[in-house]
Amino acid sequence: MPLYHNDDQAMLKDSVAPFVAEQAPVSHLRKLRDEADATGFSRDLWAQFTEMGLPGMLVPEAHGGLGMGHMEAGIVLEEIGRNLTPSPFLATSVGAVAALAKAGGTQAGRWLPAIAGGEAIVALAIDEGAKHRPDRIATTATRAGNGFRLDGKKSFVLHGHVADMSIVAAKTDGGITLFAVPKDAKGLTADPRRLVDSSLASHVTLDGVEVDADAVIGEVDAGGDILDVLLAATRTGAAAEMVGVGQGAMDMTVNYLKERKQFGKLIGEFQALQHRAAHLYGEMEVARATVMKAQQLLDEGSEGAKLMVSVAKAKAGRAANLAVREGVQMHGGIGMTDEYDIGLYMKRDRALAEFMGDVHYHIDQVARMNGY
Amino acid sequence: MSDQDAFRAEVRAWLEANCPPEMREPVRDEGDVCWGGRKWVFKNDAQKQWLEACAAKGYTVPDWPKEYGGAGLTPEQTKILKQEMKRINARSPLDSFGIWMLGPALLKFGTEEQKVHYLNQIARGEIRWCQGYSEPGSGSDLVSLQTLGEDNGDHWVVNGSKIWTSYADKADWIFCLVRTDKANKYQGITFMLFDMESKGVTTKPILLISGNSPFCETFFDDVEVPKTQFVGEINRGWDVAKYLLGHEREMISGGGAGGDMVSIGGTFAKAIGKNDHGELDDPILRAEMAAFDVDVFAYRAMGERFMDMWKTGRAHPASSNMMKYVGTELNKRRHELVMSGGGSEALEWDSPETKGGARPRAWLRTKANSIEGGTSEVMLNVIAKRILDLPGA
Repeated sequence: MPLYHNDDQAMLKDSVAPFVAEQAPVSHLRKLRDEADATGFSRDLWAQFTEMGLPGMLVPEAHGGLGMGHMEAGIVLEEIGRNLTPSPFLATSVGAVAALAKAGGTQAGRWLPAIAGGEAIVALAIDEGAKHRPDRIATTATRAGNGFRLDGKKSFVLHGHVADMSIVAAKTDGGITLFAVPKDAKGLTADPRRLVDSSLASHVTLDGVEVDADAVIGEVDAGGDILDVLLAATRTGAAAEMVGVGQGAMDMTVNYLKERKQFGKLIGEFQALQHRAAHLYGEMEVARATVMKAQQLLDEGSEGAKLMVSVAKAKAGRAANLAVREGVQMHGGIGMTDEYDIGLYMKRDRALAEFMGDVHYHIDQVARMNGY
Repeated sequence: MSDQDAFRAEVRAWLEANCPPEMREPVRDEGDVCWGGRKWVFKNDAQKQWLEACAAKGYTVPDWPKEYGGAGLTPEQTKILKQEMKRINARSPLDSFGIWMLGPALLKFGTEEQKVHYLNQIARGEIRWCQGYSEPGSGSDLVSLQTLGEDNGDHWVVNGSKIWTSYADKADWIFCLVRTDKANKYQGITFMLFDMESKGVTTKPILLISGNSPFCETFFDDVEVPKTQFVGEINRGWDVAKYLLGHEREMISGGGAGGDMVSIGGTFAKAIGKNDHGELDDPILRAEMAAFDVDVFAYRAMGERFMDMWKTGRAHPASSNMMKYVGTELNKRRHELVMSGGGSEALEWDSPETKGGARPRAWLRTKANSIEGGTSEVMLNVIAKRILDLPGA
């Protein structure tokens, strides 16, 4: 498969890009922020997403979705990134759907149609500390009665306080098991915190939460493989969103170079800035290609996908970070003001960079996957 | 079976039958890279056999039309052929500036007669070409070139000198930028073709910091060039040159990052050693190598996307400048890490254990990557102007 969008994907982009730009531009984020919105996203906008079938893009057709791939989901995520749109799309429609579709069974049948119908928001309760360390999960699931009792603390759980269900990764006797924990489960509390990018992520406490045996996603002790699928999907999605954030920041900055005058010249005439902008362009193009390659390998079910996913998260992280830093610097003083959007791009980039493993985590993973 | 699968099966069977086992071994020295030409001495029968088999099939230039010596493959088929060759580690049957540079220029600007004549020679590896672009006073500012072709009826009389002419001492013919109108800077250059054995042509190899001499100074002293031997239009050679520079950048960028998905850290794991956790036993170098691996794997995805888009006309026409810039800077970084990984062993200049100082020589050679074919700074200028549309660039 060539590494560019085919006609169907180009059509998808042509419909999604103007939709997101019109319905949820940066002013939409500002409005939610300024009104101290308690949900973390707009339910009206999510209803519009649902009308377009977007929440169920990755949901298999048998479960009421569109059965599309990561390449298609990436198109939506890039636009979400470019417009800084607050949305549960990444966690719910990409991460959770990938895991549920992989696992199949009761929970897939229960939640996939609900996600596709825009009725269910799902949170990913994976991280436990300040850094992403999915190999060191300490939350426990112990057998109790007909099911399990969950104990532990989770952090950085996006949409955790409004999620209809949370996918909780816990240690069981013989490995990792994933559980579908409904929002009304006794002993489950989600304490939302406002993050630097105005999103809401929860500290989640599982204090003797009791779930039935059929809450298990996939098989007991065999959650590691499903977790890998969840992580690969979410990381690739976050990378695609970062490409959107970086591209949005870069476009805004390049436009500014063509408008702002100092010393009687447009500042874009200065070679010092031209070269930095041109370097950034190259980094963004490489990041975009890398993310597409990861999406393609995931969609093909290729063995090389895991490596490329870490490469993509690291590369997109580096490139988008450069884009927002250069963006603020090249905007000069006004780049520091809340009035200009460039600072909002810097904030969103920082949150996405941390989500599901930062640049350093994934560089380290690349070394490990290559035997050093 | 899809058409593509059928083609893949056909290619696979052909390679199996025609690629000699010796040609599936890694390239060990310069003689293993076949450049062809009148003066070429084949290293062994296998090299000759492989070139001839590929030339007969059109596989030295698979995507060129059949009437010009190619196999007329589509971009998708060309990609499959490359994948299948890589799968069996098949060596390139023929490397040449004719294939990479002059060929594309002729395909776009040549007359039918020129295409049939020159392209078939290139495809069969009969004529080895060199490129006469840079001059002592015209490097990055190439259009200021001074080599002069004076009109003398049915021929030009060419005087001047070129520099950095790759393998001029081994080449049969040169494609050369010559000023034919002193009054017109951009529209006063003609893209000429002539035999390096013409009277008045001399070459002198230049010793580089690597200790090797892949480049020459080339001098023209009253060289007579028939006025039929030019590409495009007289005085419009700059159009051809610019187009061709795009291909040179494509070539350098394609080869620049080098190699497969081979991890640099993995390569040095044995030399540097590992700690109890299986990590490279030099944490800072490990981190630098891993960061480099990320960039190189990412660049390979970029290379794939660039070629897919370039071959189907989807790429921005100036995007090869970005490829060249990113790829060459990456390759320089690779060789800095190779030197760090090799430690004091990588300093040895001529010992047999180091294959005559292969590493330091290669390291030094890469420093030219971001100078030749347009410096990194010129690439950034072009990106700023043509892609980002920045003012006054």
